[in-house]
Order: sequence, then C-alpha cells, then structure tokens
Amino acid sequence: MAEPNVVEYRQIYVWQFPVRLYHWINALCILVLAATGYIIGKPIAIQSASEASFQYWFGTVRFIHFSFAFIFFFNFLFRIYWGFVGNNFAHWKNFIPYTAAQWKEMVHVLALDILMISKKPLKSIGHNSLAGVTYFLLFLVFLFQSITGFGLYAQMSGSWFPKLFVWIVPLMGGDIAVRQWHHLLMWFFIIVGIVHVYLVFYHDYIEARGTTSSMVGGWKFIEKSEKEK
Amino acid sequence: MIDNPQSIYEKMREQGYSRRDFLRFCSYIAAAAGINATGLSTVVKALETKPRPPVIWLHYQECTCCSESFIRASHPVVADIILDKISLDYSELLQAAAGVQAEEVLSETIKKYRGQYLMTVEGSIPTNNGGVYCTIAGRTSLDRVKEIAEGAKAIIAWGSCASWGCVQSANPNPTGATPVHKIITNKPIIRVPGCPPIADVMAGVIVYLLAFDRLPELDHFGRPMSFYSKRVHDSCYRRPYYDAGLFVESFDDGSAKKGHCLYKTGCKGPVTYNSCGIIRWNNGVSYCIQSGHPCIGCTEENFWNNEPFYQHLSSFPGFGIETTADTIGATVGGIAVAGIAAHAIATNIRKRKTIGENASHNAHDDNDTKPADKQEGGE
Repeated sequence: MAEPNVVEYRQIYVWQFPVRLYHWINALCILVLAATGYIIGKPIAIQSASEASFQYWFGTVRFIHFSFAFIFFFNFLFRIYWGFVGNNFAHWKNFIPYTAAQWKEMVHVLALDILMISKKPLKSIGHNSLAGVTYFLLFLVFLFQSITGFGLYAQMSGSWFPKLFVWIVPLMGGDIAVRQWHHLLMWFFIIVGIVHVYLVFYHDYIEARGTTSSMVGGWKFIEKSEKEK
Repeated sequence: MIDNPQSIYEKMREQGYSRRDFLRFCSYIAAAAGINATGLSTVVKALETKPRPPVIWLHYQECTCCSESFIRASHPVVADIILDKISLDYSELLQAAAGVQAEEVLSETIKKYRGQYLMTVEGSIPTNNGGVYCTIAGRTSLDRVKEIAEGAKAIIAWGSCASWGCVQSANPNPTGATPVHKIITNKPIIRVPGCPPIADVMAGVIVYLLAFDRLPELDHFGRPMSFYSKRVHDSCYRRPYYDAGLFVESFDDGSAKKGHCLYKTGCKGPVTYNSCGIIRWNNGVSYCIQSGHPCIGCTEENFWNNEPFYQHLSSFPGFGIETTADTIGATVGGIAVAGIAAHAIATNIRKRKTIGENASHNAHDDNDTKPADKQEGGE
C-alpha cells in the first residue's frame, strides 16, 4: 500500500447551533408543507362507504399544512434575526452582493462550478457569493409564500395574525390568483430542494471539506495551507 | 319624471298596500341588507319620510341577466316595491318611453337631480377604437357613462360586467371592455358582482342606500361586506365532505350521486366570495353547487380567464390549454434533474484531476505534522 494520504486540515466552526437548528426545522417544514400542499391541491381519491362524520383526513392534512406554515414562518423570522447577531458566516452581508469582490466571486463560481472552465479553486468557506445571492432570492420566495399562504388562510381564521396579510389578495386580483401562485411556487421549493441537495453533495465531492456534515456538526475543514478568509 | 317625489311609504299606500305590508317589506329588506334588528326602525323611518331617490339604470355590454335576476327577487313584494318605488327615471330595459322621449327624460333627470340621483350600471363599457362597439342614441357608451356619472351621487355596478368586465373582457378583449371603476374614479362605487348577482343582494344594496344614505361597509374590491365577506365554501352544505376528503371524481360517479364535495371537479367555492350558500336562488330553492355543478367563481375578478372550469387548478395563460401549475412544475423539475445529471457527469470528466487529487492527496511539501490547532486526517 502506498503512503497514506496525509493532509493537514484545520477545523472551522462555520454553522452555529441556531443556524443548524433553523436549517433542519426549515427542511422539515418545507418537506411537510410541500407534501401536504400538493395533497390539498390534488386530493387523493379515496372512496369510502362510511359517512363523512366518521372521517376528517382532508381536514387533518390542512391542519398539518397550516400548523407547519406557522412554524416555517417564525423559524424564517428567527433566521433573519440571526443574520444580524450570528457569526460572520451567518451574517446578512453574505446574502446581499454589495461589494465588487462578491460580484467577482459570483463570476468565479459560475466559471468554476457551473461552466467548469476555471481551475482556480475557491477560497470562501461559508456560502460563496453565488450561493448567498441564491439564498437571498430564496428568502424572498419564503416571504412571498408566507404572505400568499397567510393571505389565503385569513378567511379561515379568527386570529389577527393572518389578517396582517390579506392585502395581498386585492393586490393580486383575488383568491384565485393568490392560490395559483402559491401552488406554482410549491414547485419552486421542490426544485430548489433537489438542486440544493445535489450541490451539497457536489461540493463535498469536489472540495472534500465536509460540506454535508457541516450542517450537522457545524464544522468545516480547510487545508491548513489555505488562509481563513 | 316625478316632480314631487313621494316617499316609498306614501307611494305604497297610494297603491293600496297596507301599513302591515310596508312593515313586512321593511323587515325583510333590512334582514336582506344585513341590518340588525335594532336598525329596523331606521329603515322604517327612512322609507316613510325620505323622497324616493331618482335612479338612472344603464345597460351596456351585457346580457341583461342582472335585471332579469332582479325582477325575480325571491320575495315578490321586494322586486315589486323596489321597481315601483324607486323612481326609476331611466332604464333602457324597463322604460315605456323610447327614442327622443327617453333621451329627454334622461337629460332632464341629470339636470334636475344633479348630485342626487343614483346611477346604476349593468354591463361593461368598450373603450377600444373610441368605444364604437356600444352606442346608444348615437353616442358611445363611454361618452354617456362619463356624462351621467358627472352628476351622480353614487354608482352601483351591477354584475360582473360592470364590476370586472366579465366574459366580453376575456383575453384578448377585442372591444376593450372595461368595468365602471376604471373609467369613473371620482365617485363612490359599490360593486355588486355575480353573473348575475343574487336578486336579494341587489335589493339589499339599494335599500341600504335608501335607508342610511351612505355606502355600506365594503371589502377590498368595493363589494358590500354583508353579502361578500364569506367564501361560498364556508357556507356550503357540502363542506363536511370536503373536510372528510370525500370528493366527486367525475360527474357520473357514485360520489356525485351521494352529493360529495365538488372540489376536484373544479369548484371555485374556496376562492369565491358570495352568499349563494345562504340566500340561494329562486326563492331559496337551490344554487349551483346544490344542483350538482361546481362553482365557477362568477363574483371574482377574471373568473372567465381561469379556465378550465372543471378542474381545480387553472391553466396558466401562455402555456397552452390545460397546462396547470403542476404541469409546469413537473416539467421544470424534470429539466432540473436532467441538468443535474448532466452536471454530475461533466463534473466527473472535467474535474477528474481535482477529485483524484483529493483521493490521493499527499501532504504537499510539509510533513512537519505539528498541529497547532485541531487536526483532522483527510480521507
């Protein structure tokens, strides 16, 4: 056997516990919301001989959808808060490209990871700028999905909270349109989810920095020769 | 044309109705208008004393179904009285006068009751090519609606045509059919959409205006809250089947026979605001859903473009017939997965060297393994 591969790595604590917790709650919420949302849009055909008074499965599916919507929304608000008080990797500055360096890095990431025409390795440790911008756009979709969802939900609730969002209905021209867009964006979540998981695997595969496990333990590993950015 | 406008009560007595009839009418109409019991005396007093307001009832691009609905108000006395008792000075459908006489009455009413008359509009107004697609007495409806609105106290937009534009404004809207509120912006407008609106709702709105002399509480779209604040879905007698998840799959299946929920056959009840489920139609006999047909959402903006009516999700315009959000989503998802597969293959080809580097990494030049910080072994 050849000489074992020995590389010196340095541990960097990238994702703080609240970020990780947010991430997994969010992942669970999206999974549940997309699944229940799809069922609400297209209920399974169940023919039953028993009376309606003995069943409530569709009501339960809707209840789950609505409950997880609340968790999703407040979890999302928490993440925004953490963008101001969290560590450098969690900071809101990662998500909005306001410096030339960030734009330069975006081009670099495109060339390196998407078009694969660059060989220059990437130095950033947390989100690269392209990922940051993507997550920023994703946050906007989170917001849109929350507003349209609560806007639709307001009619079924006596609570004041969903009523804060009813202004979206006249803005979009009625419940039909709101529902339509709320449904379409469910697919956005599904597709972004697939691409997200793929890219995590991709980075782990290419860079060998422990991208996948970092969201569990919080640690990433960079070669000691690299400087921490 | 009435020179000394009487009150509704006076007029009723003159026509032989008893005081009891009058009170019955008041309480019925107060209930229909969503006025609670304590407000009844206000209604009675108003109808006893206030002069009947002059009304100009206009018809443009429409099928007249609003008027047809109205004159069939479930309580016979309602239509009777309202049509008799409001001072309907001009109505293309119901007036006896024609031609010059009709036009004279109209212009006289506008002059004499400036700022007092109620203008009610049925039908949308075409705006393309100068509005030539609907002309009355040699003038475009666009012209006339502007002129008549000028001196109106308030405007009621009857039905979906006047409120939203309705089917004649469906894509591509060849005549430029436009609802009233997009043409007249400086007058209070009550929208009473529906195709047609429920007769009792129409009567209720008029009575509210008569009795209180102010606009009823309106929702975001200018619809009276007393009739349009609840979804058809929430007052639907089939709602328990919805919660139980028992749906009609097609119109001839067993579920349809049992009267299960019509959600999967395209019912727009969950996104439509109206009181069909409570007031119902034709003297409370039935309504669309009760007769087995899914709601098409006729009180909602753009309902005519949200096709097909018989599936829950609408098509997306520009993507072809019966292309729903699901079709689009699944297609884009498929493309994304194909892209990922292509990218994964490309990665293994283009980046073979990098991956190889990781796999057989040797510790560069530095073999001085004195970890200052925590050290992790690669691979």
